[in-house]
Amino acid sequence: MDNTILKIKNLSKIYHDIKGETLAIDNLNLDIKDKEIIAIVGPSGCGKSTLLSILAGLEDKSSGEILFNGKQKLGYMLQTDSLFPWRTILDNCCLGLEINHINTKENRNKVLNLLKKYGLFEFKDKYPNNLSGGMKQRVALIRTLATNPDILLLDEPYSALDYQTRLALSDDLYKIIKQEGKTVILITHDLAEAISLASRIIVLTKRPCQVKKIYNVKLDKQSCPTENRKDSKFNEYYDKIWRDLDVNL
Amino acid sequence: MSTYSLEHVKYLKELKRKKCQIYVTQILIIIIIFLIWELLSRLNIINTFLFSSPSNILKTISSLLNQNHFFNHVWITLYEIILSSLISLLLGFLIATFLWWNSFWRKVFEPFLTILNSLPKVALGPLIIIWVGASINSIIVMSLMISLFITIINLYNYFINTNQNYIILLKSMKATKYQIYKKVILKANLKNIMSTIKINVSMSFIGVIMGELLVSKQGLGYLIMYGSNVFNINLVITSVFVLGLISSILYYLIEFIEKRIN
Ligand SMILES: Nc1ncnc2c1ncn2[C@@H]1O[C@H](COP(=O)(O)OP(=O)(O)O)[C@@H](O)[C@H]1O
Ligand SMILES: [Mg+2]
Repeated sequence: MDNTILKIKNLSKIYHDIKGETLAIDNLNLDIKDKEIIAIVGPSGCGKSTLLSILAGLEDKSSGEILFNGKQKLGYMLQTDSLFPWRTILDNCCLGLEINHINTKENRNKVLNLLKKYGLFEFKDKYPNNLSGGMKQRVALIRTLATNPDILLLDEPYSALDYQTRLALSDDLYKIIKQEGKTVILITHDLAEAISLASRIIVLTKRPCQVKKIYNVKLDKQSCPTENRKDSKFNEYYDKIWRDLDVNL
Repeated sequence: MSTYSLEHVKYLKELKRKKCQIYVTQILIIIIIFLIWELLSRLNIINTFLFSSPSNILKTISSLLNQNHFFNHVWITLYEIILSSLISLLLGFLIATFLWWNSFWRKVFEPFLTILNSLPKVALGPLIIIWVGASINSIIVMSLMISLFITIINLYNYFINTNQNYIILLKSMKATKYQIYKKVILKANLKNIMSTIKINVSMSFIGVIMGELLVSKQGLGYLIMYGSNVFNINLVITSVFVLGLISSILYYLIEFIEKRIN
């Protein structure tokens, strides 16, 4: 087997409610390679969050297969930081450890190291309401990393933040992912974020979603996201994907 | 403190002064009301036989204080309130948890709870006496009737309206339902639980007094009933006063615990 870590085969999802049924995902096929960062873009309401929820085991699929290469630990992160206001930053980060009954001294130390490494150590005993939105989202990322997942599922993690914070956090995210060596599936509606972060971009059709196009992002100088935005190829990708999305108002 | 600017120190002082003013005014109002009441009764403008008077109440209190059985009455009432509060909180918690846990039974029981809650429970008084007997038990049952349903409804509404993102997060970490209950539902609703306890205690209070008025041979509710039967208005008003005192002590006690928790 090649370095495919996750194979999605003929995945379909139908939502049922009293008013009728909604086909959200229709026969979607996708292979995800180890340690790659893939960005998923698509029209709003096309089924991106649905796809990620199914991968995270939060929703059942209707049909198809999801095949992991071996046992892969998943880390899921939502748009809202959802830090518990009654827990300190450190205890928030250790939530996953507690849930999985692996809240050992050793693992807590690992979390402390992560906090140290990413500039949050001094806040470890503070409560979330003392932190800015960007900081909170950073804590949420460390909480996701605490259980040492192999694959990160990020559903528009930064879309609730302002533009400058978002830029800073994409650099942050990139650095952290590369250092910790993770596979990442990132949903975003921000094309610039997708192009500057990801090595592959999956463009989805409108609902019911299927894969419309896949871009292997090859910039002249692969670097951190803010630098990538200045790359000569950047705008080229942007225009192409923009046209793929076919946004009509 | 010393690092504050002069303006801030002044601001704090002003804040303290205003708070002080409010307290003083509140106390003054009470004193004035009592003075007027006393004056009117001394001038024979109101009939002390019907309306009593502060000095009569003081006399009644001091004579009651010298009688052991008065404390027995107070104690019985307090005991009933605490007992029925504890029972209804415990049952309320268990049932609300069960209803949160199981949406099928929640939907089954929802209309029943609404109906039971809106039923005027005093109407059940005679039935309770017949079924349970004219004892302390029927006072507890009466009190439970009044406090239990509202406790259940409040609690499970808080439980099911907990921030969904917290729950999704825990589910993504493969948490069990019990972990979600323990780590999110209870913690996120701590404030709501405290306010439910407050409501529960005051409802239990109402229930106990109502029960005592109906059946009992002991307690402050009984003293009120007895006093009005023998036309001892001093006793009635004194008992009402003590009731007010107990309820405010309970209120501040819970408020104090609430503050300690936050
Ligand atoms: N729980 C649900 N029940 C019914 N329909 C849903 C549910 N969740 C999402 N949908 C529908 O499925 C479609 C895809 O939703 P979603 O995956 O959230 O889109 P995206 O994240 O791409 O914006 C939407 O049309 C949405 O209305
Ligand atoms: Mg979405």
